[in-house]
Amino acid sequence: MATLLDTLSWVLLTLGGISVLIGGIGALRMPDLYTRMHAASVTDSMGAILVLIGIMLQAGWSLATIKLVAILLFLLLTSPTSSNALASAALLAGTRPFAETRQDGKAPE
Amino acid sequence: MYYAVTIATLVTMGLALLRAVLGPSVYDRVLAVNMFGTKTVLLLSVIAFLYGRPDFLDLALAYALINFIGVLAVLEFFRSRSLRRSAERGGGQ
Repeated sequence: MATLLDTLSWVLLTLGGISVLIGGIGALRMPDLYTRMHAASVTDSMGAILVLIGIMLQAGWSLATIKLVAILLFLLLTSPTSSNALASAALLAGTRPFAETRQDGKAPE
Repeated sequence: MYYAVTIATLVTMGLALLRAVLGPSVYDRVLAVNMFGTKTVLLLSVIAFLYGRPDFLDLALAYALINFIGVLAVLEFFRSRSLRRSAERGGGQ
């Protein structure tokens, strides 16, 4: 049972690290603000969920697990809120989506 | 295994800092700083178990709160500044 939990938490931690890294590379290389937000949301949701659940399996039933659940709930509440505020502020300031990809002629009108 | 997640998070924080330096607009920088803060929370949580000190989880919780409030405050500041600028421009014409 302990080996099973260890293996499961290692798998979750590895997948979380990989998705965090993918989101970081995407946020650096995407061409537009909104596509960058799309890439950053991968690390905010998927990476945080996988890494924190992986740590929770290592912690077992203790006070640390309750703190980790609080951190996870708070991240899941705040990261969509700040993404929404960022997107609406950028849209109000005049940043149009697909501003750079439209120059390639690939994006729809 | 904690080391792999720590290294991945540190590399991602470096990439986010690079985007914050390179970012053409203010909102790219705010996005990168927000991402940096979320990765700091993850890094603190992993380091708490890497070094066997669960006290760091309190720091992670406090940092998550501060990060959220900070991003909203910066966005509100830039929105009011751009609104004020456009009002001044309209008044000048």
